Amino acid sequence: MDEGLRSELSKQGVFTVKLQDLYNWSRKNSVWPLQFGLACCAIEMIATSMARYDLARFGAEVFRPSPRQADLMIVAGTVTKKMAPQVVRLFNQMPEPKYVIAMGACAISGGPFKQGYNVLKGIDRFIPVDVHIPGCPPRPEALLHAFMTLQRKIDEDTLFGTSQPRHMDPKAAGEFPLPMYGEHDLEPAFNPEVWHPPVILREQ
Amino acid sequence: MDYSPYLFLAVFLLVAIGFALLPLGLARFWARKFSPAKPGPQKNAIYECGLEAKGEAPIQFKSDYYLYAIIFLVFDVEVLFLLPFAVAFLELPLGASIAMLIFVLLVVEGLAWAWMKGILDWK
Repeated sequence: MDEGLRSELSKQGVFTVKLQDLYNWSRKNSVWPLQFGLACCAIEMIATSMARYDLARFGAEVFRPSPRQADLMIVAGTVTKKMAPQVVRLFNQMPEPKYVIAMGACAISGGPFKQGYNVLKGIDRFIPVDVHIPGCPPRPEALLHAFMTLQRKIDEDTLFGTSQPRHMDPKAAGEFPLPMYGEHDLEPAFNPEVWHPPVILREQ
Repeated sequence: MDYSPYLFLAVFLLVAIGFALLPLGLARFWARKFSPAKPGPQKNAIYECGLEAKGEAPIQFKSDYYLYAIIFLVFDVEVLFLLPFAVAFLELPLGASIAMLIFVLLVVEGLAWAWMKGILDWK
């Protein structure tokens, strides 16, 4: 439908919208996060959901205690190698479409504990992260910004065509491989589908 | 056509059923077209707190624990009731004091019974 006809119709009180836009609009305004905090960033997440920062403005105040009812996983805090399998399992138990916000320095890279033998150096090694937030801990405003970024990302999902999001592909895997606690480290150490180790290029 | 006074009820019923079934059908159609189901062993797992369920659900608790329940009642609940009794002792009428003494007697009976069973011995 061309833009002129649309504006002409809206002058007459008839609003037209694409099915895709309606779908994305309703989806992005009712993202239910998983009630899941790992460390100090969770305190900022709690603050975000309270009255002062008011995550409810974005329709996301319903923190669900069960992964079956959640759309968004906010990985808020240090992911230890002992906790990583549980995080991935929770992510696998969430229904599609699902999104991940990695909140804080620890969740995106290991942060100040990066050198620790027991700390995972970023949850994006195992699950596909949509939005990364730096900060230690990030302020609630940063989480809100990440949330709005995620909403913009959801808004760009297409229903038809070749650029469909992953969850609409019937052949895409529904579960991500679960890391197990091996003899020295997590096995496998990362999921090659979502993360590639950085390649070091040395100048001659 | 004859006017049936109950026809509107039938119409209401049909509309009500349609009102309930239409969103469900739409959701099912939408899910088939745009959100293919991807079940898996982890997704279908019974326990949903991140950890794996271990062991069997129908387990037996040791019935001996009822003794601890009785001792708990004797010592804890009795103190709970004795304290207000002691505070209000001087203003209580005779009947209330007797009723309270009977209650204490009943609980002490439990203590005596537990003592006879020998569960107060430290093993």
